[in-house]
Amino acid sequence: MRKYEIIFVVRPDVPEEDVDKLITQMEGVVTSAGGKLEKTEKMGRRRLAYRVGGHREGFYVLFSLEGSGDTVKEFERRLKVADSVLKFLSVRVDEELKRAEKFKALRAKQEARRPRSKPPVSPPAPAAAEAPQA
Amino acid sequence: MAEPKAGAPPAERPSRKEGGAPGGRKQYFRRRKVCKFCTEKIDVINFKDVKLIGQFVSERGKILPRRLTGTCSVHQRALTVAIKRARNIALLPFAAAI
Repeated sequence: MRKYEIIFVVRPDVPEEDVDKLITQMEGVVTSAGGKLEKTEKMGRRRLAYRVGGHREGFYVLFSLEGSGDTVKEFERRLKVADSVLKFLSVRVDEELKRAEKFKALRAKQEARRPRSKPPVSPPAPAAAEAPQA
Repeated sequence: MAEPKAGAPPAERPSRKEGGAPGGRKQYFRRRKVCKFCTEKIDVINFKDVKLIGQFVSERGKILPRRLTGTCSVHQRALTVAIKRARNIALLPFAAAI
C-alpha cells in the first residue's frame, strides 16, 4: 500500500453543494477501488496562477489516501470524466514521508547527544562560582 | 598566461587578496547565505505551501538559482520538484506577467 495525495481543482461556477457531492462521490470511489481514505480537505476557492479553460479561480480539494496504483488510476479516470474538474495532480508521498522521518530521527539523535557533551562544561562553572562563596 | 609580460600584475595580485580589487570596486561584506530549509528544519517541501515556495520564485515565475537564495543542493532539488508540481496545478505560474 502506498500513500498518495490527489489534489484537484473544481470549476468556480459550481455551487458548493455540488462540490460536496463530488467529494462524497470520490470518497466512494476510493473505497470501492480498494483504497483507504485518510482525509479529505477543502482548500477552498483560490485564484489560479494562470487561466485554465477561461477560468481565473478554482476550488481546490485535497484527498490523502492509501492504496495501490490501480486505486489512483480509477480515481484519475473518474476525475477526467467529471466535467466540473479543471485540473488534477496525484503525488505519491510515502517515500518522501519516510525520508523525512529518517531525518527527524537523525536530528533527535543528535539533539540527544548534544546535552551529553554540554554537562562536562557546565559543572565546573557552578563549582567555580561556589568556591569563592565558601 | 600573462607571466612573460608582467612586471606589474604580480604586484597587483596580492592587493586583490587583501580585498581591494584593482578595478576600484568595493568589496562588500556579504552575509553568508544559509539554506532556509536546513535552518528551519523543513523536511518535506510541500507543493501546496505556496507561501513558502513562492519565496524561491522570481517575479517572472522563474525558479531562483541556488547562488541567489543560498539553498543547499539537496533542498534545491526538492524545491525544484515542488515548484514544478505547484505550477502544474496552477498554484504557481509557469510565466508571470510583470
